[in-house]
Amino acid sequence: MSELKALYQEVILDHNKNPRNFKRIEDADCSVDGYNPLCGDHYTIFLKMNDEIISEIAFVGSGCAISKASASVMSTILKGKTRTEAEQLFEKFHHLVRGEIKNDADIDQMGKLAAFAGVSEFPARVKCAILPWHTMKNAVEKKKETVSTE
Amino acid sequence: MNITMSKTGSILDTFPVEKIRRDFPILGSRVHGKPLVYLDNAASSQKPAFVIDAVQYYYTAQHSNVHRGVHYLSELATKKYEEARVKVGEFINAGSEREIIFVRGATEAINLVAATYGRMELNPGDEVLITGLEHHSNIVPWQMICEAKSAVLRVAPINDNGEIVQDEFNRLLTGKTKIAAIGHVSNALGTVNPVKQMIAAAHMKNIPVLVDGAQAVPHFRVDVRDLDADFYVFSSHKVFGPTGIGILYGKSRLLESMPPYQGGGDMIKSVTFEKTIFNDIPYKCEAGTPHIEGAVGLGAAIEYLNSLDWHNIQEYEQALLEFAEKEISAIDGLKIIGNAKEKAGVISFVMDGIHPHDIGTILDREGIAIRTGHHCAQPVMERFGIPATARASFAFYNTPGEVMALVRGIKKVKEVFEYV
Repeated sequence: MSELKALYQEVILDHNKNPRNFKRIEDADCSVDGYNPLCGDHYTIFLKMNDEIISEIAFVGSGCAISKASASVMSTILKGKTRTEAEQLFEKFHHLVRGEIKNDADIDQMGKLAAFAGVSEFPARVKCAILPWHTMKNAVEKKKETVSTE
Repeated sequence: MNITMSKTGSILDTFPVEKIRRDFPILGSRVHGKPLVYLDNAASSQKPAFVIDAVQYYYTAQHSNVHRGVHYLSELATKKYEEARVKVGEFINAGSEREIIFVRGATEAINLVAATYGRMELNPGDEVLITGLEHHSNIVPWQMICEAKSAVLRVAPINDNGEIVQDEFNRLLTGKTKIAAIGHVSNALGTVNPVKQMIAAAHMKNIPVLVDGAQAVPHFRVDVRDLDADFYVFSSHKVFGPTGIGILYGKSRLLESMPPYQGGGDMIKSVTFEKTIFNDIPYKCEAGTPHIEGAVGLGAAIEYLNSLDWHNIQEYEQALLEFAEKEISAIDGLKIIGNAKEKAGVISFVMDGIHPHDIGTILDREGIAIRTGHHCAQPVMERFGIPATARASFAFYNTPGEVMALVRGIKKVKEVFEYV
């Protein structure tokens, strides 16, 4: 059970059961769909940007506990972050769930995201954790494109 | 093991399952430190040593290319390959081995019929009829040919139990319908369709029928002539044979009328730059060097299946399925999807507040292999308003003890999720 406990940590189960920011933002600056055709996980992420800063982030959709908790935790962390900070966290999260961050202190330093460290022991589930982050990255970049064409 | 059977002398007690299990080497393995409980047979079944040995022996002592050389090994390989064709023909009671085409699997068989028969017969406005229970492999090839030919794909709906609405199916068989393609057993729900009756209804209107038997052949004996199927397809790897080979059965008159699927060696009688004369069936439909060891392995699988008592197997599998449905449906917060009167080999279920992927991961750590997801049948999932299910699928080598391991595993899933 120990690896399972490491995967299904309290933080993850809690965010799965009571996802934060689980709503649509009607006047969002952009919304992007993320879909995993293999397993059917499907989320839409909504962003409101105040210049370079993510002023509001929310999501709707359905999927497994890992993907839903990942979207929920991500939404709590990214509010108030700049676009660049969000992209840096995206990279860090990738390294974490792929098991590329070995040092416990480095993992602990990631706060709530550290709860996803156990995912690396379950290669089939890495893409579940990453899906919301990819969707967010697309949303942020879409905004960037919109901005650059203005 | 604390299994109490309702009545003594039940087939669940008397069926020689332990003896059969010894024929399948992989069933003795351990996964994550636990004995393997393999309940993903609808995805692919395991192989008896008889099949594994036949493939190994083929490469050790019998291999060369087929239908080519005059030398000993080429003749031997050809003999083994053609013997396999005869075994398949007898296995499904085809009228002749000429009606047995080796393909890569059920998927390729359907693509072959869509791309040849479909290409030949469909005109703008014509219709192809399928059902709401189909696997993607019996949807997409028809969609593709319908699009190419400006034809229309019609879908007979299913009811809340996961059964095809027969009146609707009959109503959708019209003067415009050029072919109907129906699954024999649903891979997602386990529904056994009344294909004989459906074929008869189609034939009343002179409409040929393709039956996707991928999930039927592993569970009961199929007689294509009794069904009067025009085309019948299945995959070797689901009937305890190798992957990468499958069967298209077609009535010879239809196969002869169809254009070739692929061009190449073996499918020709003579080639000049001006004109090619195609070979006779079945070779016309088998371009290139075939999957010889696959055919040999499938032949061995059929030989193995023929050595078993199928009357007993069908009774055992039905009893095992009923036992599993009873035990699994007794779990709180669990719902079985698909409650057709006639079912074979499959229990699809969902759990309150727990996604099928999480069920699959936790069961895996208990050594239990099930499939989770949409099972390549997204329209079925949509019909029931769910994104995915967890699916336990059985073969004759599964046991009541494994059913109970699954039940304990599901309870563990609930424990993990009741943590908060």
